[in-house]
Amino acid sequence: MTEEYLELVSARINNIAGHDSAVEEAKLNFGKPMVTISTENWTQDTARMLHDDPELKFNFLSCLTGIDYEEHMEVVYNLYSIPHNQYLYVKVKTPRDNPEVQSVQPVWKTADWLERETYDLLGISFPGHRNLKRILLEDDWEGHPLRKDYVTDKKAMGLD
Amino acid sequence: MELKGFQDLEKYDPRLAEDLKRNVLFTKVEQVKAWARTRSLWPLTFGLACCAIEMMGTGAARYDFDRFGVIFRASPRHADLMIVAGTVTAKMAPVLRQLYDQMPEPKWVIAMGSCATCGGPYKNAYSVLNGVDKIVPVDVYVPGCPPTPPALLDGVELLREKIRREARGEQVVAKK
Repeated sequence: MTEEYLELVSARINNIAGHDSAVEEAKLNFGKPMVTISTENWTQDTARMLHDDPELKFNFLSCLTGIDYEEHMEVVYNLYSIPHNQYLYVKVKTPRDNPEVQSVQPVWKTADWLERETYDLLGISFPGHRNLKRILLEDDWEGHPLRKDYVTDKKAMGLD
Repeated sequence: MELKGFQDLEKYDPRLAEDLKRNVLFTKVEQVKAWARTRSLWPLTFGLACCAIEMMGTGAARYDFDRFGVIFRASPRHADLMIVAGTVTAKMAPVLRQLYDQMPEPKWVIAMGSCATCGGPYKNAYSVLNGVDKIVPVDVYVPGCPPTPPALLDGVELLREKIRREARGEQVVAKK
């Protein structure tokens, strides 16, 4: 059942992107479908389709996080479809020197603060977000602390 | 039997002398004050992280802080002890200092757990203060991650010992 679902999701995403290679990797992650796509294939239309398609209806974005893999960065969307009782993980890859991922804030309202947090701590930009600014740290903070190359000088910060 | 401070006891009624031996003791005012303070340490509720759960456990029925006269207060103006239980972040540090300043003298601080002691697992994190002793003077450090209720009870007992010994005029250094 979940494997069919995985194929269905991959087909729909490829359909929106207009070519067959939009989904780079599709597999079951601990028994739940997971797709990896690159940032140019992740559009607001894709997100809208996942949210609205009668067979998918992923109407609940339960978590949104970012990861710094040093050679690239990723944004992970944990989606849940309440009507179909299905999970889906979407990983969006983005290059590290200019990390940009299309915002899904107009589709899932909860993405507003979660994207701001990801921007704040990892420096991934979300074009299309209505108010993308720091949420946890001060507005004049320099750098993004959860990046692997962030240097923490606690003496200079007065914390050690 | 020699009774300190009394001369010529034999001049008194022997029953009175016996009563004196049994019921009168001599001490310093400072030591009486220390005795009173050690029996009623009122800590400020300062749970910041998982250590707070252990602190609550120490206050609950099984370990029962109340039987030592340790009663948690929600206001710094009622408290004479601050048990810093948990991770102190850079944002929390000024608040902690302000609450410490609002406590009336005499006041003591217990740093509970490795976070409050030295930063613990967040030693290299960008947002965590490496030890609460950077902003307030600490009397007792309780190690552990988090310390068990018996460890916290032992920390409070060490603080009592410190208060008693300081009242006797001894210099006591912080115990780690």
